[in-house]
Amino acid sequence: MIAYLVKIPVKAMVTLFAIVTVTFVATRLSGNPIDTFLGDGLTAEGREELIRYFQLDGTLLQQYLAFLRGVLSGEFGLSFIDRRPVTEVVAERLRPSAQLLLASVALTVVVSLPLGVLGAVYRKSWVGSAVMMLAFAGYAVPSFVLAIVMILIFSYWLNWLPVVGNGSFLHFIMPTIAMSGVLIAALTRFTRNAMLDVLGQDFIRTARAKGLSEARVVLRHGLGNAGVTVISVIGLQIAGLAAAGSVVVESIFSWPGIGQLLVNAAIMRDYPTLQFGVIAVAVAVVVINALTDVAYALADPRIRLSSA
Amino acid sequence: MIAFAVPAPVLSVRDLRIAFGDVEAVHGLSFDIHRGETLALVGESGSGKSATALSILRLVEREGGRIIGGSVRLGETDPLEVTRLASAALRDLRGGRIAMIFQEPMTSLNPVMTIGAQMGETLALHRGLRGGAAREAARAALDRVKIPEPERRLDQYPHELSGGLRQRVMIAMALSCEPEVLIADEPTTALDVTTQAEILKLIAGLQRELGMAVLFITHDLGVISEIADRVVVMKNGEKIEEGRTSEIFSAPRAAYTAELMAASPRLGEGAPAPLTAPAPVLKVTGLTTRFGGGMFARHAATVAVNDVSIVLGRGETLGLVGESGCGKSTLARSIMRLVEPAAGEVELLGTRIDTLAPSALKPHRARMQMVFQDPYASLNPRMSVRDAVTEPAILHGIVTPRDRSELAARLLERVGLPAEVAERYPHQFSGGQRQRICIARALSVRPQIIVADEAVSALDVSNARRITDLMAEIQRRDAVSFLFISHDIAVVERVSHRIAVMHQGKIVETGPTETVLRNPQHPYTKRLIAAVPRFGGSGDRQPEPFVQVELA
Repeated sequence: MIAYLVKIPVKAMVTLFAIVTVTFVATRLSGNPIDTFLGDGLTAEGREELIRYFQLDGTLLQQYLAFLRGVLSGEFGLSFIDRRPVTEVVAERLRPSAQLLLASVALTVVVSLPLGVLGAVYRKSWVGSAVMMLAFAGYAVPSFVLAIVMILIFSYWLNWLPVVGNGSFLHFIMPTIAMSGVLIAALTRFTRNAMLDVLGQDFIRTARAKGLSEARVVLRHGLGNAGVTVISVIGLQIAGLAAAGSVVVESIFSWPGIGQLLVNAAIMRDYPTLQFGVIAVAVAVVVINALTDVAYALADPRIRLSSA
Repeated sequence: MIAFAVPAPVLSVRDLRIAFGDVEAVHGLSFDIHRGETLALVGESGSGKSATALSILRLVEREGGRIIGGSVRLGETDPLEVTRLASAALRDLRGGRIAMIFQEPMTSLNPVMTIGAQMGETLALHRGLRGGAAREAARAALDRVKIPEPERRLDQYPHELSGGLRQRVMIAMALSCEPEVLIADEPTTALDVTTQAEILKLIAGLQRELGMAVLFITHDLGVISEIADRVVVMKNGEKIEEGRTSEIFSAPRAAYTAELMAASPRLGEGAPAPLTAPAPVLKVTGLTTRFGGGMFARHAATVAVNDVSIVLGRGETLGLVGESGCGKSTLARSIMRLVEPAAGEVELLGTRIDTLAPSALKPHRARMQMVFQDPYASLNPRMSVRDAVTEPAILHGIVTPRDRSELAARLLERVGLPAEVAERYPHQFSGGQRQRICIARALSVRPQIIVADEAVSALDVSNARRITDLMAEIQRRDAVSFLFISHDIAVVERVSHRIAVMHQGKIVETGPTETVLRNPQHPYTKRLIAAVPRFGGSGDRQPEPFVQVELA
């Protein structure tokens, strides 16, 4: 267990270094920021001065080393547009994004696990078929389609729900559903398959032979084992959502989160914001993955207790 | 007035009929078990014995089966009709009045729950024990099955225990609520002979202590003679014969019973006479194989095969016996270079193959083929039999794709299967037939040596007998040499000219089969031979009297 736990942060550090480097290179590939955010009417001298001011005059390697020094000292620079430290700009966007992410994950788990278990237990009846139909349908509908249809129905026609911003509980409903849609479909299918796998195993027969109730057999012995694999998938899905899923949904609902910030920063070539935003998301993903590994170890004694 | 009152049976099965889908698997089976009695249900795989066992607890309904007729009554006085019980009453029965243990100790326990938690479930359910009281009862139950350090086991998970210990845990769990009936479905089939002997002794002892009735399901007649008072012989879902164990063994009435007994290997039945100075085809010298270790490993390397030297002659069968984990399979794999040995020499037909590069090794691989234990897992389910049996020949360029069908037909005929089956897929065959297909596949490259790694261990006695007969026939015709690996000494005796006993990675004793078995030198060999169940003759268990004369 200890050896396993020690490996997790080491792996995470290596991953982060790779991400920092890739982020730096990728943002430089997108073009010169001076061209986009200063617009016309700039003299040649003024332009030179600005390039020096933003330290864009060195070679790529020099810029990279300067950037790495900044990363290590916690100095990520100022936003080209806001003229404020990027850490500040990103930090105020983290909370709304995290809220939306947590809401989506909670909804996903609450809906998918029961559906998946039902789908497995009643696989031969109409219940199982209905669950699978729902899962396939959910898988086929992209989040932006779901979002637009919901806006059309609940905001445009019925006028029940607000579309823009994150001011109240009502604001959460549509973005949360839009974010979770595909995730619910995927996790339901996965839970069902994992449960089917486990329910066919010998120890389930043992549990029944002990006289346990069917509910306990399915939940304690079945889900207890299927849960181990489900955890790893939930972790991966959350990480995927944190990385990319929020960008589309946040843009549609003007959610003041990181996704929206990144989209704008990319369009404006606001390097420092983009870099730090991506790094922040990457850190979130890496942390989620590391937590998943820990959860996985806690759930499965074969990993927890292995000496290797 | 004096009357002879026969006590009512604890469990009475009458005219039981079980169906899977539209197919009836058990056709009207009847038997009784009394207190303190052990009844064995014996038959080949597919005879319906496991379905019967599962039906008594009505678990068969969970495996896709249905009870379509007959009755199962539990209890000496005021018997309970199990087939008509509602599910809540049924659950009270399961694990409480009737307990069951299964064949696969490795997979029959929940891997993510501690032993203590799993035992606690049964105790809470049927004896209302919780917390400290449950823990104490679980500890006592483990103590009763003679598990060392029972206190520590409660907090352990199944993967930390060996197969034998896990089966003890299963037994402890089954007996923790002192059931009236214990159903044991092939409980020792997956275990080594030495472990098997211990488990059988344990079950017999606990039965005497608790006075419970035991329904023991097995295909192994040796095991039956060790443990059963009475035997019911089953075939194709019907009872063929029923009687006291000693009677069945000394004078079987049904022809099928006699057939089953003839197929069962018994120790001391005689082995093939050793060949006189056969030309060596395989010479292994000082072979050592290690696992693990290396620069970053936290543990030292495990030596699975330790300085092993063996010689295999042309047309000879060398039996390699030992418990699971002794390194016999690793030895086979090292010889075939499926794992790389750390030291030693392997000489195949005069060529050192342990040093050859993979490409140079390829032609030599055709000379040595392997047949594995699990015929279900060793055939690709998506490959037709024709493609499967001829694949090695294609890979070695022995046959052109055009002649493939012809070769397949010839090979299938060699192993006693009709040529028409070539177009079918593995799932359409039984275990014994699949093993024939595996042998046909091995034969396709005309090997001089076949390594049979527990090749008949997963088959029931009749099928195992047919497969070993087939191997002997192939050997006579083509002078193929066999390295026959098994944990079952009786089977090894039947097929081997010479025998090598392996223990903890080392060959501890080797010699002509008769000599080694009649006069074992090494203590481990002696222990192994003593653990083999014997049947018939003086080794028979004395049946306990269960019919009492009462004054009324």
